[in-house]
This record gives sequence, C-alpha cells and structure tokens, in this order.
Amino acid sequence: MLLRHTPKEIADRKALMINPAKTCQPIGAMYASLGIKGCLPHSHGSQGCCAYHRSTLTRHYKEPISAATSSFTEGASVFGGQANLIQAINNIFTVYEPEVIAVHTTCLSETIGDDLPQIFHKANKEKKIPEGKTVFGAPTPSYVGSHVTGFSNMVKAMAALAEPQEKKNGKINIIPGWVEPSDMAELKRLADLIGIDITMFPDTSGVLNGALTGEYSMFPDAGTPIEDIKASGGAIGTLALGEWCSADGARLLDTKCKVPCSVLDMPFGLNATDRFIDALRTLAGTTVPDEVASERGRLVDFISDMHQWLYGKKVALVGDPDQLIAMTEFLVSIDMCPVHVVTGTPGKKFEKRIKELTAGMDCEVNVKAKGDMFLLHQWIKNDPVDLIIGNTYCKYIARDEDLPFVRWGFPILDRQGHQHFPTVGYMGGLRLLEKITDALLDRKDRDDTPSKFELVL
Amino acid sequence: MRKVAIYGKGGIGKSTTTQNTVAGLAEMGRKVMVVGCDPKADSTRLLLGGLAQKSVLDTLREEGEDVELDDIRKLGYGDTWCVESGGPEPGVGCAGRGIITSINMLESLGAYEESEGLDFAFYDVLGDVVCGGFAMPIRDGKAEEIYIVCSGEMMAMYAANNICKGIGKYAQSGSVRLGGLICNSRTVDNEKEMIEELAKKLGTQMIYFVPRDNDVQRAEINRKTVIEWNGECTQAGEYRGLAKAIDENTNFVIPTPLEIEELEQLLLDFGLLEA
Repeated sequence: MLLRHTPKEIADRKALMINPAKTCQPIGAMYASLGIKGCLPHSHGSQGCCAYHRSTLTRHYKEPISAATSSFTEGASVFGGQANLIQAINNIFTVYEPEVIAVHTTCLSETIGDDLPQIFHKANKEKKIPEGKTVFGAPTPSYVGSHVTGFSNMVKAMAALAEPQEKKNGKINIIPGWVEPSDMAELKRLADLIGIDITMFPDTSGVLNGALTGEYSMFPDAGTPIEDIKASGGAIGTLALGEWCSADGARLLDTKCKVPCSVLDMPFGLNATDRFIDALRTLAGTTVPDEVASERGRLVDFISDMHQWLYGKKVALVGDPDQLIAMTEFLVSIDMCPVHVVTGTPGKKFEKRIKELTAGMDCEVNVKAKGDMFLLHQWIKNDPVDLIIGNTYCKYIARDEDLPFVRWGFPILDRQGHQHFPTVGYMGGLRLLEKITDALLDRKDRDDTPSKFELVL
Repeated sequence: MRKVAIYGKGGIGKSTTTQNTVAGLAEMGRKVMVVGCDPKADSTRLLLGGLAQKSVLDTLREEGEDVELDDIRKLGYGDTWCVESGGPEPGVGCAGRGIITSINMLESLGAYEESEGLDFAFYDVLGDVVCGGFAMPIRDGKAEEIYIVCSGEMMAMYAANNICKGIGKYAQSGSVRLGGLICNSRTVDNEKEMIEELAKKLGTQMIYFVPRDNDVQRAEINRKTVIEWNGECTQAGEYRGLAKAIDENTNFVIPTPLEIEELEQLLLDFGLLEA
C-alpha cells in the first residue's frame, strides 16, 4: 500500500498539489521540436532543466534524445543569457550541423526577461546563423500551463515561420497534436488512403520510433522538413487536432497567412475518427475509400461483439485535455462510464466539455482541470471504478486499489509498444479496445470462482 | 560591527547622503565598508574620486568564481572599503539576482569577518524594494538597521512608507529594524515638521534633517564628499551631525506602515494639498 496515506475524505485544497498530473512546458516543446527534420532542440536555461526534459522523453520513447542547453551560470542569471545563447548557436552549427535549432526558454530565462527574438536578431547580425539554416524559438515557462502548453507554444512558433503565399499549393496542413510517433504515421496513412496531399507538423514518426541499425544518426531521416513548414502558409486549409495542443498554431496560420482552419478533436475512438475522416474527405472532395470504411466496420464489429463486457463499466481517466476529451466521448459511445476525469493542465473549457459529453450518463461524473492524482485516488476510494486508463503514474493507484489498468498517454515509463502501435483512427480504436477488454477480462478470469470460470467469453 | 542599509525613492540622494555620512564616520575614526547595490555602480564614486571600481559581478563574469577579496574592494577616503555590486546592462538580465549573488560572494570571501575590524558596513540600495533581490540586504543576518532617505514630497514619503512594509515583512522573522528617516530636504513647506510627524506615525524618528545646499553639488563635481572637498563649510558640519546621530542611535523599531489615506491626510494637515 504505497499510497496508504491517501485519505478517503476529500478536503478542500488551494495551494497544495500532490502527485501532479502534468509536467514542465519545455518537455512538450522539446518533443514538438524533434518532429522537425534535422532539428536540434535547445533549452535556454540551466543544465538541470535540459537534463530532466531529455531524460523524461528518453524514458517514454526509449530513444536517445539530443538537446543542447545555454548552461546558465550565476553570471548568466544576472547579466542575461544572450551571450550564452549566441555562443551556443555558433557551437551547435559548427559541431553538430543541424538544419534547425528550436529554442525553448525555461523558468529562469523567462523570469529574468530574456527576449529570444532580440537575441536571434543579434545572432543573425553577427552572422552566427549559416546561410539557409533556421533558428526559432518559443517561450515556455513551466509555471504557466503544463507540458501541453509547451507543446502548443512550440507548434505556434513553427506556424509563425510560415509566410503568406500568393499562390496556394493545394496542400492541407495537419497539426496532429501531442500524439505518439506511431499515431503520426497512422494519420499520414489515412490521409494518403483518402488521397490528400498533406503537410503534417510536427511529425515524430521515424524520429522517435526508429530502427536499431547499429549506426547512430543524430538527425534521423524523418520529421517535417523546415521548408514544408515555411510553405504551410500556402496551404488551402489546416486541420488542427486538439484544442489544447494545436489550435493556437492553426489560428496563427489563419490570421497571418489566411489559411482557414478547423479545430477537431483528436481522432481517438469511433466518433472523433469519423469527424476527422469526414473533414479529410470533404477537403479532398472525394468519397471515403473502401479500405477506410472496412477499418471502421471492423471497429464497429469489435464494439458490438464485446459490448456485454464493456456495458456499464466505470472508468477513471487521467491525462491531457485533448486525449481525455476524445477518450471520454469514445467510452460513452460504447456504454462505458467515465466517472472520474482529471487533467493537470488548466482550462475551464475542459471541465465543461467533459460534462457535456457525459451528460447523458445516468451516474455522477467528477471532472477537474488543474487537478492531481491524489484527488483522482480519493474519488476512486469514494466511488470505486472497474478500470483506470492513464499514464504510468496510475500504477500506484491501480496497485493499491487492485484495479485493472490500461496504460495510455504520457508518460509511459514501464511498458513498451506505444510508439509503434497507434491508438488514433479506427485501427487505433481497435487497439484501445483490445487493451481495455484484455484488462477487464483478465480481471474477470482472475476473480471468477471455479464454477463461473469460462473457457469461452 | 553594525550593518546598515540605506533605502529610499530613486533620485532622493541615497548615494550622496551615504557617502557623505560615511566620510563623517571615517573622520570620527570608524572603519567602514560601503557596498553599493546599484547596477549603475555609482555608489562609491565620491569616496573613490571617480568611477574607479570594478564591480563584484563584472569580476565574477570575467574571472569566474575564483575571485579574491582584493579583486573587488578598494580603499577610498578615510580608509573606507568600497565595493560595488554592479549588475546587468539596462533592460537585460536580473539586477535583483545580482545583488543576491554579490552579497553572498562578499560573505563567502570573508568581507564581514571579525578580522577585518569593521565598525560599520553600509549597503546603498537602489530605489524601492521592488523584488526579492532588492530585499537581500534586509534578509536575516544581513543589515540590521535601516535608514530611509526621504523628503517632504509625496512620492518620496510614499516610497518610504512602502519600504517600511518590506522591512516589516522581514522584521517578523529576523533581526532587521528601522533606525529612522533621514530627511534630505527639497525645501518643501513645513518639511521638517511633516517628516517628524511621518516618522512618529511609522513608530520611528527623524534622525536628521539635512538642509539643501549647493556645496553638495560642488563637491560632487569635484568627485569628492563634502567633508573631503571643504571640511570647513556648513554642509560638512551637517553630515558630521548625521554621522554622529547614526553612531549614537539606539532607537530601533519594527515600523508600522500607514494606510494611503493616512498619508494623504498628513499632506493635507501640513497644508500642501487643497482641501
């Protein structure tokens, strides 16, 4: 009972977070940056920040994460980090030769007021940025928002690189949001099946789920080319997946380059995927290809085959807003009951949206943005559930409360597969359902008395 | 050793008053160290006869953390030790953090050690207590007595009141106390009486009334304190008086800051505002 000190009685808390359901902004910014081809993320702050952010990503993706740091000292904190960053830009282009440096700030550099655009301007004037190379950045103080905010800020900074184009290039921009490399590959596959020419940014497929070849390449031959991002201002439309992760970037493309955008939910589960496919189909002016329709059919078949085991099962969810919104809708659509939903990321809209999605359920729903896992655990103690879906940190609650647990979200530090097998789209929905039914039925098999123990389920 | 910090509204004459007073104390035979806590690094100009000082933070930046005490302090008028904390250029970095860094460094280098034989350490702090860094000199174990330089102008009094709030915060948990208000006259009507009344309301005293005199500016042009420039003039006597008052002061309090209405009323009572 590692969490035995968690009391059942819920007391009103204002200042204290216990086991937060979020992490630092720069982690999201670093992940987004890795989705640009030949990009070295750079952390403008002290070394410890960079080390923590790299190791968190490494633990989740099981890939070496390279990133540079401005290595702030006492002196840099007082005099500002300009000298360090300019030196870093020079060193990085000399030693590692990336195409792009994506700089994100830290709490320290934000608090002392370092101004990235001014520093980039100076670096440029001093000819520290070689011809044809790109340096850009995003402000990512960790005391604002969460890792999701950092991801969104970096995506917005990418969108800011786009220039308005006189001639449209006929492409569609897809901003996928913080999903797994496997999910990004799946989104590209779906767009390809529908026959639509897309620019997706960021794109970590092939970067953070690469093959072990025996040869190390600091910059894998994958990710969105920076030229494509710069040309995204010439697209005929943008699909932004997830209000929290992707909407800011898409809206900037809209206002700056007049590329109209639609903000959709992340395509997890049946309905959200339907809307995504429908949006692609409409943009392409075509019909849904048989292959996609067949995938959908298989998902519907699975749902109807296993409905008896899913019906009425209560679920506790923790994770990031965009994922949880889509997952909640999916669970409700298959007659499961998401009764406790927590994200550490702030946003009143999140609570409102979850309430709307669960309005038709005949049970009480607890939802909290800017919440923590301690509260989730307390809710579970008061109103037990049949399943937890969330990141690895849920394992403590699952163990203490003896609950089936499906790992989904970020970070997953103790199981593998997430970077290879998508959970977006219809095929992803199948995988989610496989995991959910496995967990529920494994529990049933474990708990059933000999007379109830069945061969066929 | 007594550790003294001088606060007050920007431009009120903190650095000038501090250096002239220190000159007075030095003349009395006291061993004094002045620590300028202003990024402009101009708090010891009069004692050193010009801006001849390399700041602690400049030294730190150029030589790394391997700094020696003699790299950062210089002897000025009357054998006073002069130190400039320094700081970033205007508009970049964090001046507050600079003060924290430099005071920590002085401590770790042993500038305040018994063996240095100091009677006084003076911190001359820029402007208001705008953030945690500027409060560094009044944190526990640093300066124990504060003097606020003010005048009969509303904004100076307002700043003084605000600084008292800062002192109050740290006084609860530490040993810092307010030693009094130094009135650096701007020849405002009823100035002396008004500041005396303000001091009373704050629970302290007006420790000295320094009249306005152009000899201060004349000495400044010559990069000297008034006492060094012309020890015979009336103003030199005033600074000696202030030095003596501080040397003999035993009145140390936790201030009781005023509400803004009370402060406005004070101005009304002394006939500066139209009713």
